[in-house]
Amino acid sequence: MQKTIQVNVNGREYERTVEPRLLLVHFLREDLGLTGTHIGCESSVCGACTVLLEGRAVKSCTVLAVQANGKKIETIEGLARNGDLHAVQEGFWNEHGLQCGFCTPGMILSVCQLLADNPSPTKDEIRHGIEGNLCRCTGYQHIVNAVEAAAKAKAGGA
Amino acid sequence: MSSPTTTKTEPFVGRRIRRQEDPRLITGTATYVDDIKKPGMLYFAVLRSPYPAAKIKSIDASKALELPGVRAVYTGKDAASVGPVPCAGSMPTLRVPHHTILATDRVYYVGHPVAAAVASDRYIAQDAVARIEVDYEPLDEVAADPEAALGKDSPRVHPEYPDNVAFTYHQEGGDVEKAFAEADVTVSQRFVVPRLAPSPMETRGVVAEYDEGAKELTIYSSTQIPHLLKTQLALQLNMPEHHVRVIAPEVGGGFGSKCNVWAEEALAGLIAMQVKKPVKWIETRRESIMVVAHGRGHITHVELAAKNDGTLLGMKLNIIQDIGGHHQLLTPIIPTLAVLMLPGLYKFRSFTADLTGVFTNRAPTDLYRGAGRPEATYVIERIVDIMADKLGMDPAELRRKNFPAPGDFPFQSATGLTYDSGDYAKVMDLALERVGYQNFLDEQRQARQDGRLLGIGLSTYGEICAFGPSPATPAGGWESATIHVEATGKVSIMTGISPHGQGEETAFSQMAADRFGIAMDDVVVIHGDTAKVHYGIGTFGSRGIAIGGTAVHLAMEDVVNKGIRFAAHLMEAEPEEVTFENGVFSGPGGKTTTFQEVALEAHLCRKLPPGTEPGLSATRFYEPANFAFPFGAHIVIAEVDRETGEIKLLRYVAIDDIGNVINPLLVDGQLHGGIAQGLGPALLEEVVYSEDGQMLTGTFMDYAIPKAKHMPWIESDRTVTPAPGNPLGAKGVGEAGTIGSLPAIVNAVVDALSPLGIQHIDIPMTPQRVWKAIQERSQA
Repeated sequence: MQKTIQVNVNGREYERTVEPRLLLVHFLREDLGLTGTHIGCESSVCGACTVLLEGRAVKSCTVLAVQANGKKIETIEGLARNGDLHAVQEGFWNEHGLQCGFCTPGMILSVCQLLADNPSPTKDEIRHGIEGNLCRCTGYQHIVNAVEAAAKAKAGGA
Repeated sequence: MSSPTTTKTEPFVGRRIRRQEDPRLITGTATYVDDIKKPGMLYFAVLRSPYPAAKIKSIDASKALELPGVRAVYTGKDAASVGPVPCAGSMPTLRVPHHTILATDRVYYVGHPVAAAVASDRYIAQDAVARIEVDYEPLDEVAADPEAALGKDSPRVHPEYPDNVAFTYHQEGGDVEKAFAEADVTVSQRFVVPRLAPSPMETRGVVAEYDEGAKELTIYSSTQIPHLLKTQLALQLNMPEHHVRVIAPEVGGGFGSKCNVWAEEALAGLIAMQVKKPVKWIETRRESIMVVAHGRGHITHVELAAKNDGTLLGMKLNIIQDIGGHHQLLTPIIPTLAVLMLPGLYKFRSFTADLTGVFTNRAPTDLYRGAGRPEATYVIERIVDIMADKLGMDPAELRRKNFPAPGDFPFQSATGLTYDSGDYAKVMDLALERVGYQNFLDEQRQARQDGRLLGIGLSTYGEICAFGPSPATPAGGWESATIHVEATGKVSIMTGISPHGQGEETAFSQMAADRFGIAMDDVVVIHGDTAKVHYGIGTFGSRGIAIGGTAVHLAMEDVVNKGIRFAAHLMEAEPEEVTFENGVFSGPGGKTTTFQEVALEAHLCRKLPPGTEPGLSATRFYEPANFAFPFGAHIVIAEVDRETGEIKLLRYVAIDDIGNVINPLLVDGQLHGGIAQGLGPALLEEVVYSEDGQMLTGTFMDYAIPKAKHMPWIESDRTVTPAPGNPLGAKGVGEAGTIGSLPAIVNAVVDALSPLGIQHIDIPMTPQRVWKAIQERSQA
């Protein structure tokens, strides 16, 4: 059994025919070739696969592609506009908020939602806000710095 | 905040510079193994044993093969031509059981690979694996516990051996019996460092592709050691080594777990060659936690002897290393590193250690960040605190009394290592000052009167790193660098190390930009492809800068010297008359020429200096004469909730000395991440097996790695004692945090609990374990 779905990913419309059991993360990676979204645990714990579905951070390893039918998705590939990095991407770069980079796309998208909900979070609020995203490299301290820097840059109209 | 890499105003080396690696990583354009897609590519999935010990009576793959899209099923019989998974250990007593890439007649642990199904996509490959029928005969008796496995009546993991001893190792020095006879005080304790799952966020993965025309096998693997893997794959697959190419693409963390030669790598090569299609295997997280060699698994019984004045005299150790069902690459070597580092930073001379490696029906253990040194540091730094408690001495003063003085270096340790340089009291004093030690002790007295459980813990660690002199390493400890200056003056650095998050693309670019007087963006650092970088060892053992960086340094000097010969010839001067600084060659009579002009002339060779070959390139190898020995002092303030057993880390001060630093921003990152991987086992992490050998912590829901909320704010600083052994003066930082943090955290918690009479608590110090200890004491 196959099902045809239509999705808008990073502002572009796609129509594809998929198996009902296909996970959203595999749809993005295999069918659309958007490999910036990673798979870390297949069980919605680690957050490496986080994307924005209708503006909310979801773990795309536990969403079926068919559930995204008719919806708007943002992935890491869609964040930079015309070659200009998003403030959160800049924050991660400037503050060394990543090492191996594998958790980074998901982490960045979670931070996007965190800052949308709370534009000037405290350190504790940042730590709470990224609780659903695991990073094995950084010990999180530089990620906290990165989020603060991004919040500041956004507030400054950057 | 870091500086962007713009024009050169001051040296790049020593500055907090954001990374060259990052643009691809923050935009989702980096290529990890699972991002590689080849035309006609197939996928395979691995069937693993659900039993810790069983005989395989038969395997029926027919139902799997019936499934549309399934191309093949591989069992141990089909892989019989592939050589064994290698083990580099070589101690005389070592038993190395035959380790086939797929089980043949017997499985030794839960997760042991039994078969593989190859299919047109990964979903079908998983479906096929579920349809393979294996007729197991489970064995009733399982050697699931390392201490019990040493018992006379224990079931044997490998029936061909009379017992479960994998090897024994003994080391001694001084006169330990005399030391204990002369001692005023002795203390003893049993310490367990449980098995840990390394858990890089990217699991293992392989893509294999065979070019029939060229007879070349290309393996893309998420590995830390592409060159060693190439050699081993050639041996396992019985192929000429120059027909094997290994590429480590973007690698999503390793922490030692990818410094190995894995069954699935050779299996992918075999399948690609036989099925004649590119093939991909991506490990699931469940597999990763289950079978990727666990770190630690280390049980130590230690006795320490001292005089009443605090002079440490000697140490006796009995160590059991849980090996698992068989060896991986470095399995038996890791605990010997622990033995070497067990004297810690102290001067005592008398030492004896007996180490036994024991086979168990569990997954293999092997290196994981720190590899033996966290185990050693945990034992020595805990037992020294226990000794301080018994002597009624301040733990810092006991340590100070036993440190070698700065003038004692190079210092010979009780196990015969030569510590290169250090000032141990200086890092400790700086850490004590930063934490405000005396004020804290006042605060603690008050807190205890108020009934609060507030503690402070100190760890002064040393580590052996910058691996290492080749005679002391199993597969070469040197490193290579090739620098090629293109005709346009752009610089390519080919390094034999294989970074996977550490940031050497940036560090080496800083070095080259300074030396050649060019922009960092004019440098590209190439690594992780055996066809582009012809020689190399890899990234592990905190060696990237000290060993790989020194090779780069030597090659840069060769390039400069050759450039001087070209420049001199162009200026019609002698090489001795020409200098090179900030990208400009200067000769007599005010003549100058730039690095870029010389690069072009060296390529065009319109005026080739006599006796000089074309091109501005150099290849150098660096063989270190010794290891390097970073050190530091970490201090933790912790509070325990008496009602719940919950631990709060209120402060974390880390003063580290890793020698000279190229990029402090990256060094801080390494330390923070390292500390998190010591905090994990202190508070959260433990691979748990049931008594009958089943794994109970198979997902991230059960195996808890630290989240952002678990980490305290790390207040860090450094002292700088350059490494005398290499021209960069660099020691190494990759593992320091992991080594220093565990005992500091445990010492703090034990100090907090000490008013209750608690002298030790096993790790991980989960709320449940702490609460139980409090209850036992409260009822006593």
